[in-house]
Amino acid sequence: MTTPSQTVGPFFSHALPYERDWELVPDGHPGAITLTGRVFDGAGEPVPDALLELWLGFTGERGALSRQGGKVSGFGRCATSPDGTYRFRATRPPRPYLSLQIFARGLLRSLLTRVYLEDVPDPLLDGLDPGRRATLIAAGSGDSYRFDVRLQGAEETVFIDF
Amino acid sequence: MSHPPYLSPGYRSTIARAPSRPPVSFKLDPDAIELTSPVFGHEEVGALDADLTRQHAGEPIGERIIVEGRVLDDDGRPLPGTLVELWQANAAGRYAHDLDRHPAPLDPNFTGAGRCLTDQDGRYRFVTIKPGAYPWRNHDNAWRPAHLHFSVFGQAFTQRLITQMYFPGDPLMPFDPIMQSIPDEAARQRLVSSFELGLTEPEWALGYAFDIVLGRTPMETP
Repeated sequence: MTTPSQTVGPFFSHALPYERDWELVPDGHPGAITLTGRVFDGAGEPVPDALLELWLGFTGERGALSRQGGKVSGFGRCATSPDGTYRFRATRPPRPYLSLQIFARGLLRSLLTRVYLEDVPDPLLDGLDPGRRATLIAAGSGDSYRFDVRLQGAEETVFIDF
Repeated sequence: MSHPPYLSPGYRSTIARAPSRPPVSFKLDPDAIELTSPVFGHEEVGALDADLTRQHAGEPIGERIIVEGRVLDDDGRPLPGTLVELWQANAAGRYAHDLDRHPAPLDPNFTGAGRCLTDQDGRYRFVTIKPGAYPWRNHDNAWRPAHLHFSVFGQAFTQRLITQMYFPGDPLMPFDPIMQSIPDEAARQRLVSSFELGLTEPEWALGYAFDIVLGRTPMETP
């Protein structure tokens, strides 16, 4: 008797974003990584009204909403800009991947995917063919990573049904 | 199946945004991070955040309502301490959003956003005003039924839910491709709140009840 999902719609930016929502760690935090990218639709057009949520698997002390309790939070949120860009500043996750959830106008349900910071042997990755596997591997290294989300089409990102 | 399919052509925006492949089925290991969810502290949510009628100097225009319900798991167990976010249009059907071009008035005393944490019984409660219906450009003469947007976290990132609550008896529901994207009639009805005299406060506000049931986490057997 699960409650059905509905789209987040286009008009959430007065409600869901909050101050420093994309900053899971403060500026200058030792070992911080940045994760940026763009969201594209099936026509290759940027998606300017998506909401992305990043989850590292632990709550941390920083506060998921208020960002006042400490240095590290495991949760962040970022609305895409008009050119479809999002950004997060986070700490390196305890697992090889971060969980990314995507909401947008035109998505009647959210989409869940994983951002792998490196291509490693992994139960999820190892079950995918090479082309699809590549959609889950972030580009970059060190403290700067890039991960684009393609909602539809030949290079469509792998989305996961758990 | 409760949820709508990603592709629902009557809702035009799904055509270029619905993934063309079904999501990859994957059985999580017990340590997978998707089985956990952020925990929100009471100090992060203000006492007045759940009253959308008291966020400005004056009172918003419109019919004052109380919306109350419980967040439950699929076995009916209450989920305490989970974050519930609500947002909506004003009584005239206009969002306090820069890109909403509907020529209806903004209300300087209404932003239309609130949040709260569920209590020990999984219960949330908002005071707000009833939103208006509004036109959108999906098709000729398209109108959204009055609705509240809800966002709920639950106990696992896989349970994360964003949905919309509708009002009983709204004549626009049968014509709305977003609500009608849900294939099952009984499932659609789960998005319709019920008017409750018991939640109604005399001389003050009408009461509506709306429970939210989150899906099973992947480690639970159906």
